[in-house]
Amino acid sequence: MYKFTATIVAVILLSINLKARAFEIEDRKIFEAASVADAGSVTGIGLSELKIISSTDLNYFEPLVRQYQLQNPNVTVDYTVASTAEMFKAIHAEQQPFDLVISSAMDLQMKLVNDGFGKSYLSTQTAQLPSWAKWRDLLFAFSQEPAVVIASAKGMDDLSIPNNRQELITLLRENPDRFRGKIGTYDLRVSGAGYLFATQDVRQSDAFWRLAEVIGSLSPKLYCCSSNMIDDLESGELLLAYNVFGSYAAAGLSEQQDGQIVPMLDFTHLMLRTAMIPKYSDNHLNAGGFIDFLLSDSGKALLSSDAQLPPIQSEPVTESPHLQPIRLGPGLLVYLDQLKRKRFLEQWTDAMIR
Amino acid sequence: MSPTLQKSGSLRRRLLLQLLLAAALLSTFMYLSVRAVAEKAAEATHNNILGASATSIVEQLRSSNGEIVVDIPYSAFSMLGSISDDQVFYRIESDRETLTGYEDLPLPDATLEIDDPHYYTARYKSVVIRATAVRRVIPIAGKPKSVIVAVAQTRFGQDAIASGVANTAALLGVGFFILTGLLSWIATNNTVKPIRTVAEKITRRGPQDLRPLDHPVPQELQTLVDSLNGFIGRLRGTLRRTETFIADAAHHVRTPLAIVRTRAEIALRHAEGDDARQMLRSVIRAVDESSRSATQLLEHATVSYRSDQVSHETFDVSLMLQDVMGVHEATAELKDLVIHADVVQAVSLSGDRVLIESAVHNLLDNAIKYSEPDQHIDVTLQTDGADCLISICDLGRGLAGKSQADLTQRFERGSNVTDVVGSGLGLTIVEEVAHLHQGSFEILPRTGGGTCTSLRLPLSR
Repeated sequence: MYKFTATIVAVILLSINLKARAFEIEDRKIFEAASVADAGSVTGIGLSELKIISSTDLNYFEPLVRQYQLQNPNVTVDYTVASTAEMFKAIHAEQQPFDLVISSAMDLQMKLVNDGFGKSYLSTQTAQLPSWAKWRDLLFAFSQEPAVVIASAKGMDDLSIPNNRQELITLLRENPDRFRGKIGTYDLRVSGAGYLFATQDVRQSDAFWRLAEVIGSLSPKLYCCSSNMIDDLESGELLLAYNVFGSYAAAGLSEQQDGQIVPMLDFTHLMLRTAMIPKYSDNHLNAGGFIDFLLSDSGKALLSSDAQLPPIQSEPVTESPHLQPIRLGPGLLVYLDQLKRKRFLEQWTDAMIR
Repeated sequence: MSPTLQKSGSLRRRLLLQLLLAAALLSTFMYLSVRAVAEKAAEATHNNILGASATSIVEQLRSSNGEIVVDIPYSAFSMLGSISDDQVFYRIESDRETLTGYEDLPLPDATLEIDDPHYYTARYKSVVIRATAVRRVIPIAGKPKSVIVAVAQTRFGQDAIASGVANTAALLGVGFFILTGLLSWIATNNTVKPIRTVAEKITRRGPQDLRPLDHPVPQELQTLVDSLNGFIGRLRGTLRRTETFIADAAHHVRTPLAIVRTRAEIALRHAEGDDARQMLRSVIRAVDESSRSATQLLEHATVSYRSDQVSHETFDVSLMLQDVMGVHEATAELKDLVIHADVVQAVSLSGDRVLIESAVHNLLDNAIKYSEPDQHIDVTLQTDGADCLISICDLGRGLAGKSQADLTQRFERGSNVTDVVGSGLGLTIVEEVAHLHQGSFEILPRTGGGTCTSLRLPLSR
């Protein structure tokens, strides 16, 4: 029997391994190698470490880490959670010795590898990824998560459910009083994911700016995170939320019936959660093994069941043409340009905040 | 045997080696040029896209409220991503101040023409990059201001194309080399073939064949064949002079011998006493032998002489055979020999009648000489396909173990014939005649004692 003696230790006490740190971390947990726990003593023979820095909350990833350790009992996993921006700082500016960077911020991940911070990794698992789900054996996507609109069924009862952005704009224009103060969306100034979704929307269609104008006129509530929007929709504070992580929505809305996902059939972007191995990694083989695990059948099964993160599948993308994965590539760097970002946020603020 | 010549290499090998060397050089040249051209093409494509990317950024430059507004279009970078998975770097600067992008991205040293993309290669972040820079002047608060947009890309995609092309080019080169090698081999063989043909022609000739080579040869071999023909001519001349000398000598010896014989016979008729008669008989015998030798030397010289210019008349072999048998009939009767003739009638043959007659004379003469009295000789003439076969068989003393090759040597005689007059030239003459007519001569012991000689001659040439 495997005995997991994973211990949560105060973050502050455990910063020995890390360099003098300037980036902020939100959570940290060390999953000790099973063989250490069984033997009761640290012999150090055959043991190795895997230091993951991730933007994904611990509770989503814990089952995955445990399953990985079942297959790799000699690996101690050190899982650190930070915001995407802080993670970028940790790797790009501070070059912290992490072995694996898992982030939902595709653009920042892309910039990390573009600026030469990635270490290439090639395996049979990564070779099977569709071309849009990896970039040059440096960056690998393992989940595809749609940006969705969620709405309260009770609040929308007599209204027709919009199927695309044009219908959504019309709906909001025709019922301003009902939606005033009841619309939630990301605050692009603080949320990387929100910024990525918005910039991709702009790239796809002019409707985004008209939608922003309409939402802006209805005193929207701005959020940092998807989960807060989902919570507020459940509590009745919101009638509608735009560009929510579909994976979180599916998880948060499943238990109660009120909130529902409204599919946007004109286009729905799929954000790819990606992993990259920093070139300063000391345990890049473990990191590669973890990527392979995420892409393996057992990893995929756990991703969709326990972590509620839909694994990469090339078929649904071809079957449902409105699902469009955001392609990994240098195009993502454009909206990271400081001047571009400044201009975009100015435009967005003009439209959204009155 | 002829002395072994020292070889100074092989023409064929030398030619083949040189052609193969040329093929290898050409293949390498082709490999390098295909690579160079393909790399140029790949670089041109990458340059064009880099240029388009930088230009699309430049097109979005404008001024607003006294500030430069940079609005990089999404396509500027995504178009770079569409042709290869290369890292992309950019830098936008004005007045040596980076407005946005990678501050340490190297810019070209050259002064940039306005709106004309300048392409350059540099090192950045310890990799080689291909970059382009475009300069544009935009008015800021009424004053012109120069802005430089640089876009760079790593060269992995280009290198991947280059290595792909290099592999194809290498395959092409090897294929080209194999093909050229094969063609070289064929060409070499074809070139060397006339030399071999001439050599074979010469080898196939009989030892007496001293005609000049008249086979058409390539220009380059003309000199060689001309000198060879000159040499053959000189050889023939020498041989002719020798034969003429022998014929003259034989002729000059024969006449006095005839006189000596006549005198000796007269002396024998008048001689008294057994010793004197015995002595005179041996003198006559010696003179006969010498006379016969002289005759055959003369005949042999004739054969040798005629071998240069064999005449081709068509005549009936059976009639000729009858004539020869007629000549020898008297001699045979002296020994009580019977000649059985089994001759097919009217066999027409094209050849040198004098020579063939001489050969048959010799054969029949031998048969009569080496037969015992009261025996018989079988003469047959048959046709066998395109040949005619003249066989003369006796029941005489046989070959005494000597082989045909021994017996047809000049002046070589059987070991059991010392009591019979002979020169050792007869069979040599027969052999040479057979040879001159592309026929063959065989001499074999006859089963039950005796010898069978057969002369096989083609009916037409």
